[in-house]
Amino acid sequence: MATAPMLPKLVGQRVKRREDPRLIQGRGTYVDDIALVGMQHVVFKRSDVAHGRIRAIDTRAAAAMDGVEAVFTGADIAKILPPMPIGTPFPSPEHRAVAVDTVRFAGEAVAVVVARDRYVARDAADAIVVEIDPLPAVVDLEQAMTGQPAVIHPEFANNLAVPLVPGGTGVKPDGTVDDSAIDAAFASAEVVISQRMMNHRLAPSAIEPRGVVAHYEPGKGTMTIWSSTQNPHILRTFIAALNGMGQDQVRAIAPEVGGGFGAKINIYAEEYVCSAISKALGIPLKWNEDRTEAFVATTHGRDILAYVDLAAKRDGTVLGLRMRLIADIGAYNMLLTAAIPTLTQMMANATYNIPAIRTTLTEVFTNKTPTDAYRGAGRPEATYFVERAMDMLARELKMDPGELRRKNFIQPHQFPFATQSGAVYDSGDYAKALDLALKTANWEQLKRERDAARAEGRLVGLGLSMYVEVCGLGPSAALPTGGWEHAQVTIERDGRISATTGASPHGQGNETTFAQMLADQFGVPIEHVTILHGDTGIVKQGIGTFGSRSQAVGGTAIHLAGSKVKAKMAKFAAAMMEASEEDLVFENGTIAVKGAPASAKPFAAIASYAYVPVPLPPGMEPGLSDEAFWEPANNTYPFGCHISMLEIDRQTGEPTLLKLVAVDDAGNLINPLIVEGQIHGGLAQGIGQAMIEEVVYNEDGQLLTGSFMDYALPRAVDFPRFELAASVTPTPVNPLGAKGVGEAGTLGSTPCIVSAAVDALSEFGVKHVDMMLRPEKLWRIIQGGRS
Amino acid sequence: MAKIALTVNGKRRLADVEPRLLLVHFLREHLRLTGTHVGCDTTQCGACTVLIDGRSAKSCTIFAAQADGAEITTIEGLAVDGELHPLQEAFWQEHGLQCGFCTPGMIMTAAALLADNPTPSEREIREGIAGNFCRCTGYQHIVNAIQHASNKSAPGR
Repeated sequence: MATAPMLPKLVGQRVKRREDPRLIQGRGTYVDDIALVGMQHVVFKRSDVAHGRIRAIDTRAAAAMDGVEAVFTGADIAKILPPMPIGTPFPSPEHRAVAVDTVRFAGEAVAVVVARDRYVARDAADAIVVEIDPLPAVVDLEQAMTGQPAVIHPEFANNLAVPLVPGGTGVKPDGTVDDSAIDAAFASAEVVISQRMMNHRLAPSAIEPRGVVAHYEPGKGTMTIWSSTQNPHILRTFIAALNGMGQDQVRAIAPEVGGGFGAKINIYAEEYVCSAISKALGIPLKWNEDRTEAFVATTHGRDILAYVDLAAKRDGTVLGLRMRLIADIGAYNMLLTAAIPTLTQMMANATYNIPAIRTTLTEVFTNKTPTDAYRGAGRPEATYFVERAMDMLARELKMDPGELRRKNFIQPHQFPFATQSGAVYDSGDYAKALDLALKTANWEQLKRERDAARAEGRLVGLGLSMYVEVCGLGPSAALPTGGWEHAQVTIERDGRISATTGASPHGQGNETTFAQMLADQFGVPIEHVTILHGDTGIVKQGIGTFGSRSQAVGGTAIHLAGSKVKAKMAKFAAAMMEASEEDLVFENGTIAVKGAPASAKPFAAIASYAYVPVPLPPGMEPGLSDEAFWEPANNTYPFGCHISMLEIDRQTGEPTLLKLVAVDDAGNLINPLIVEGQIHGGLAQGIGQAMIEEVVYNEDGQLLTGSFMDYALPRAVDFPRFELAASVTPTPVNPLGAKGVGEAGTLGSTPCIVSAAVDALSEFGVKHVDMMLRPEKLWRIIQGGRS
Repeated sequence: MAKIALTVNGKRRLADVEPRLLLVHFLREHLRLTGTHVGCDTTQCGACTVLIDGRSAKSCTIFAAQADGAEITTIEGLAVDGELHPLQEAFWQEHGLQCGFCTPGMIMTAAALLADNPTPSEREIREGIAGNFCRCTGYQHIVNAIQHASNKSAPGR
C-alpha cells in the first residue's frame, strides 16, 4: 500500500471534462436523437398576425392528407389541457397553449398536426387555412401604457401587467412608501445625471432549439417526457398537474441539452401540448423546434426601459439613485416573466454605498413574444443602468471612472451588507477586483494608447464597469419551486461511487466538478465516480440549473450527502479494522488508521463489507447511500470589474472591440478551466448585446429579426482574445465558499463596451448611446448628429 | 423516389429517398448517425457540417439525392480504430466545448480548415470557423483547440 501512487487533490485543478468524450464523437443523445417505436411527429401551425381575432380555421385538407394522424385546433386542445400556469404571484391573464379565439403575437400557435414524419406534418400544417381579423398591434412600449393602439387583455387596463412596484429606501413591508430620504438626496445634490436608457430585447438562441418527446403508456397510465430543459423536476411537476396525473406517474428526462441560457427554464406550450396529445392518442410523439420557430416561440430576454437619475456631490460622492423601470414583457406571462425585472430593482444598489435609492417597476403587455429569464435575468439590466450612470457622472466630473467607483464602494468591513433594495450581500472586496483589473489591463498605459490613437485622428475609447451579481438561487422563500437542491451519494458494492444531482446541466460540466469533489472527499480516483442527472426516474428530487446555482447549491448538496455516507462508511471501517472512526483517513483508494499505512484496507473491501455486514455492527443498517437537501440561508453575490477598449471607424461608424479584460470573483473555484469557459461565454453574450444583437419588430408586430440571417449571433471573428483574472473572496453562505459564475460575464461587459463607445465619440459631445452599437447610428453621430 | 449510392464513413450505402429529403435527415434518420446536428434552417449555424469528398459542407442545405456518388465523413467517422482524431483530442484538452451541440460541426469545419491550411494564424482560424455558431464558449477555447491540433500536426512550426 505504501508504494501506491498518491492521488492528487482535484478540487481547484483544471481537470478535463468527463462529458467530452461522448460529445466530441457525436455520441451524445439530445432530444432530436431519440426515436421510439411508433413515434409520430408534431408540427405547430402558427399565427402570421401579431394581434387579431381568429374567424375560422379550416383543417379539412390537412386532416385528409396521407400520413396525417390527427389535427387539433386551439378549441380542441382546450378540451384536454387547462390554461398554462405561471410561477410568480403576479396576476396573469388566461394563457392557452394553443390560441382559442384571439392571437396576441406573431408566432402564437393556432393549430397542431400529428403525422407520420416531420415532412408530412409540415405539409399538413401548411395546408391548414387560418382566417384572422387583424387588430391594431401594440408594439411601442410607452404608447402601450396609454392603452393605445389597443388593449391586449381586457382585464389589464392600459396593458399594465404590473402597474407599479416600488423598491428601495423607505418602502415598508405594508407597501407604503416614504420618499423623504430620496427627495433629500436629490435636494442636496451638486450634480444630477439624468438619462433615458434602453436595455433592448434579445433572443437567447441556444444552438440546440427546443424539443420534446412525450410518451404516454395507456397500459401503465404513466408518462415519460424527454425535453430540452434546464429543470426536469419542475417540468415533471407541471406536466403531471396539467395532465391530471400524479408526480409519481410522470418521468421527466433532460437528456443531453444543447444550451439553455435561461430560456429552457420555462415549461412551454409545446411540452404541455405534446404530453396531452400523447395521452389522448396513446402514442409517442416528437416535436422539434425549427430555428425560425425558436425566434418566435422561445422566450426573449431583457427589454427594459429605464429613466435613471443619479445625485452626487462634485467630489464624486453618490447621494441618491432613482430608477424608473418599464419592462416590455410581450403578450403573456410565462413561468418567471413578471419576476425577472424585480431582480433589476433588487440589484440597483450595485457595488456602492448609496444613501437613498428609489426604484419603480411597471410591466407592460405588447404583441410580442413573451420575455423571461435570459443569462443574467434582470441583473445585467441593473448593472447596465447604474454603471452607465456612474460613467456619465465620472465624465461630468472629469474623474477617472475607476476612481469615482472606488470612492463609493461598499467597504470590506461592511459585509454582510444590507442593501437599500432588500438584499444582503454575503462578502465582497470590490477594490481588490478593481485594482486587479486596472493592473491586468494596464489601465494607465491603455489611456496613453488611447490618447496617442486620438492624436492620429482615430476614434478610440476606454470603458470600465464594476458589477455585483446575485447567484446561488434560493433560498426557498425566494423561489416558488423551493430554493434547495438535492443529492444522493451511493458507494456501490464494488467501491465505485454513484451520485445523483438535481442540478441538471446543459454544458456547465457538473459531471466533472461534482466528481472532482467526491473523488477528493473519499480519496478515490475520479474514474471511479459517476454523476447522474437529468432524469426524475433516477434523481429522486431536484430543482434545476439556473441563476448560477448548480455549484453553490447543487455542489453543496453533493458535499453534504457525501459527508453523511462517509461518516457511515467510517463506522463500518472502524468495526472491520477494530479502530476508532475518528482515527481513519480516506486516501489513495484505501481507508487507513492515521499514521499507520500498513493498516490500510481497500476502499472496495469496506464497501463490500457494508453490503454483506457479517457481523453487522450494533445499531447500524447495511448499505452505503444517503441524501441531502441543501437549503442555503442566502444567495451569493459574486462581483468583478470589466475593462474594454474599442475603436470606431470614422468613415463607416463600424465599432471594433480591441480589448476586453475581465476580473471575476466567484469565490472558491472547483475547476478554473470550466470557470474560464463560463466567463468567456457570458462575455460573448454581453458583448453581443452591446454590439450586434437586437430583436427588432416592425409597427405591425412582425419580427424582422426572425432568423440567423437577420439576428446577428456573434461569430468567432467578432471577438478579441479575452484577458481574464480572478480574485477570490469566498462566501460564508455554503461550506464550499463557491459563489457561482454562469451569468457573470454578461454583467460587466455590456456597460463597459457602451462606455468605451461613448468615450470614443467624446469629441462629438456624446453623453450616452443606446445599444446595440449599430454602425449607422454611430456614423450619424460622427456626421454631426447628437445622441 | 430517387436511388442513391454513396459512401458514409467508409461504408457503402444504397438508398431510395424522397427527392426533397435533406442530406442531414438522411444521415440522422435513415443511417441513425445523430452526431450531425440541426441548429437552424437558413444555413448559418454550421451544426450540420460534414465532409463531402473531403470538403466541409452544411448538410442541411444539400438534398440526399445530390450526394449520390459522394464520399461523406461525419463526426462518427473521424476517430480511427477507437483513436480520437487530433482535433477531438484538442477540443477535449482545451475545453473547446460546453453543451456540445455545435461541436461536431465545429470539429468537421476545423478538419477541413486544417486540411487546407495546416498552420493557420489565429485570425485565419477565426475566419475559418465564422460559418459555425457556438453560443456557449465565446470561441476562445475553440480557437485554442484548433491551434493545439495544428501545432500537433505541424511540430516544426
